[in-house]
Amino acid sequence: MAQPASKDEVHVEHTGHHEPTSLWSKYIFSQDHKVIALQYTITALLVGGVGMVFSWLIRLQLGFPGQFSFIQPENYLQFVTQHGMIMVVYLLTALLLGGFGNYLIPLMIGARDMAFPFLNMLSYWTYLISVILLFVGLWDATGAGWTLYPPQSALPGASPGAEWGIRFMLISLAVFVASATMGGLNYVTTVLQARAKGMTLMRMPLSVWGIFVAAALALLAFPALFVGGVMLLLDNMAGTSFFIPVVNLFGRQLGHEGGNPILFQHLFWYFGHPEVYIVILPAMGIVSDIIANRARKPIFGYKAMILSILAIGGISFVVWAHHMFVSGMNPYFGYWFAVATLAIAIPSAVKTYNWLLTLWKGNLHFSTAMLYAIGFVSTFVAGGLTGLFLGNIVVDVPLTDTYFVVGHFHLVMGVSAIFGIFAGIYYWFPKACGRMMSEAMGKIHFWVTFIGAYLIFFPMYWLGFSGVPRRYYSFSGIDTLPPSLNGLNAFMTVVALVVGAAQLVFAFNLIWSAIKGKKASANPWQATTLEWQTPTTPPPHGNWGPNEPIVYRWAYDYSVPGADEDYIPQTVDGVPARAGAKR
Amino acid sequence: MTLKLRTMPREEAGVVLTGNDGDGSWGDGFRGGGGWGSSLPAGKIALWLFLATATVVFLMLLSAYTVRRGGPDWRSLPLPGILWLNTSLLMISSGVWEWARRSSRRRDPLTMRFLLVTAGVLTVLFLSGQIMAWQQMSLAGYFLATNAASSFFYLLTALHGMHVLGGMVAWGWTTATLIWHKNATSMIHLRIELCAIYWHFLMLIWLVVFGVLWFEIS
Repeated sequence: MAQPASKDEVHVEHTGHHEPTSLWSKYIFSQDHKVIALQYTITALLVGGVGMVFSWLIRLQLGFPGQFSFIQPENYLQFVTQHGMIMVVYLLTALLLGGFGNYLIPLMIGARDMAFPFLNMLSYWTYLISVILLFVGLWDATGAGWTLYPPQSALPGASPGAEWGIRFMLISLAVFVASATMGGLNYVTTVLQARAKGMTLMRMPLSVWGIFVAAALALLAFPALFVGGVMLLLDNMAGTSFFIPVVNLFGRQLGHEGGNPILFQHLFWYFGHPEVYIVILPAMGIVSDIIANRARKPIFGYKAMILSILAIGGISFVVWAHHMFVSGMNPYFGYWFAVATLAIAIPSAVKTYNWLLTLWKGNLHFSTAMLYAIGFVSTFVAGGLTGLFLGNIVVDVPLTDTYFVVGHFHLVMGVSAIFGIFAGIYYWFPKACGRMMSEAMGKIHFWVTFIGAYLIFFPMYWLGFSGVPRRYYSFSGIDTLPPSLNGLNAFMTVVALVVGAAQLVFAFNLIWSAIKGKKASANPWQATTLEWQTPTTPPPHGNWGPNEPIVYRWAYDYSVPGADEDYIPQTVDGVPARAGAKR
Repeated sequence: MTLKLRTMPREEAGVVLTGNDGDGSWGDGFRGGGGWGSSLPAGKIALWLFLATATVVFLMLLSAYTVRRGGPDWRSLPLPGILWLNTSLLMISSGVWEWARRSSRRRDPLTMRFLLVTAGVLTVLFLSGQIMAWQQMSLAGYFLATNAASSFFYLLTALHGMHVLGGMVAWGWTTATLIWHKNATSMIHLRIELCAIYWHFLMLIWLVVFGVLWFEIS
């Protein structure tokens, strides 16, 4: 190979594309994984802000029913639908895979960029188009719930005014699936193919493991949403009868016949259940790395952690019908899905114990990232244990249409996943922006959010046990419900607004710290992993300068006995000077 | 010094199905570090992953088909005979790709060009045949919403056709590069191999879809 003539040629040789020079190619149509990661993160956070506003509107109606004339039943149902869809798909999936996946995978495995930078850019822009399509649909009602169950979702007019809202949502989802597929191919291929010298799979940080398995799940689960969504759209717009049985709507016989609404539920949940793990596995990985770093201890049970991630990923494909226990199914199927569901508790518990044992007797540093990581473990347990209730069919049947389920899934996959995201943002912000985030604002943000999340969602368990049904616009006239319900609902609404205000502190902290924050050193957390060993902070285009890193050890050499410092970066060769420590 | 870390020339680490990365070359799946990942080219890994994803698409559709078939209103469908011709066209096209893959190993650009054009023409004929099948179906009074069987027929053939169209984009790119750049690089050989794998996949999926639809009649 000829000697390169210029610095830029060396660069192209390494990264496959030129270093961008214009503002346009550097920040807008960038192929640099770090820029794309920030684009994904900022977009998803803004979209999540919209989803949060919807949650306030839901809470306003529940806490103070009838006080706000602009919240009519059809608006309320639209808020519920949009809130669920935005949070699960357009915030959590996009931020954890598109944001953290893009930023962390190449930096943590020692690659110069993603395997396919152009495809990566395309993935982000496709995601942005799907977001725009979703928002265009906001002018029309979408009263189907985020699960989009037919026949409501498939019949224009089945909920008042719902026609184009649901269509735009389905088209937007199909576009999102295309984006997630492009991203998923990239993340999995990059992990398999572009690791630095010495970076074996069993030396990878758990963040990468979590994102890697989640991306593989996304590749195998999203097609079901795509297929179900396309069939639903055809039922809605082209008059087909995939899911719609004979329907008599307001005395009018529609042209459909013989369709099977349960079929859609199977397709949806074949996607929907793995989707839960698509968002929680990356969060678990991020939390594992932060806990090990901030406790200055090796992660407890590294191999067990990886096996648990793989087990959770595998089992997640055979439990989907536990969302459908009341939809009607063969009892033997129900038995199987209940057993498989409860089996997922085993790898989940293994991970939880490993986090606790990593914390045990650790040299704990309670920075905001660490607080959120511990908060994740807490809400994951508080929400996960009720999953054991709901996994049993006999318990699920009376509880499934109550607020018990709302409390369960918000704590275990909503609050937990967003805590994982917050932990990750506070932890990696110095690397991405070169400045530290304000710890004071961070602590206010954490404590209000953490306590608030419990005050909002824990009472929902009691509401559920009292038989308060979910999805209802109003509870007036249901005299089986306790009168104290109204006071509790008003309390939860006030807390929700306070927690919302705390998110504004977070938003301000992000902007303020990016401009005025304290300058970050290259490795402020004294971490072992590769992303903290870059030549400059933030890392340059191509990440590593002229020499790519070589990996000599696993990612968790904290407090190695006899070592000079309490951490040994993965790039350090040989046994520490005064020690006989193992690699 | 820095170049020593690269163990593999860019061409061999290449990939087909990405896009232009702004400087005239294609995003080619460069490798990090000393390349401690898989020895397979990135493009090949990504293709196999994509095949898994596409397989799930058709698996879901065929499962839905099987469930929906049990519905009370199910009526079977007379399939147009032209589908047999289309099936053989796609099979021959897949065979031609395999031939091209083997001749590309022998670095035989003339044969490769001929074979690629042939494979493309056969595939275009397949797609035209599928559209004729749609016309025959609609002339016989079976439209998308006529009954569940016809809905599935149109949906399955349309989704398969879209995957074929996606393949034709890769075909167009590969053939154009082969014709414009007389000296076929190893990049081209990889692209031909990936296309051949993809066409085998298109044929296999079509055989399964067609088989399921056809057994419906007998």
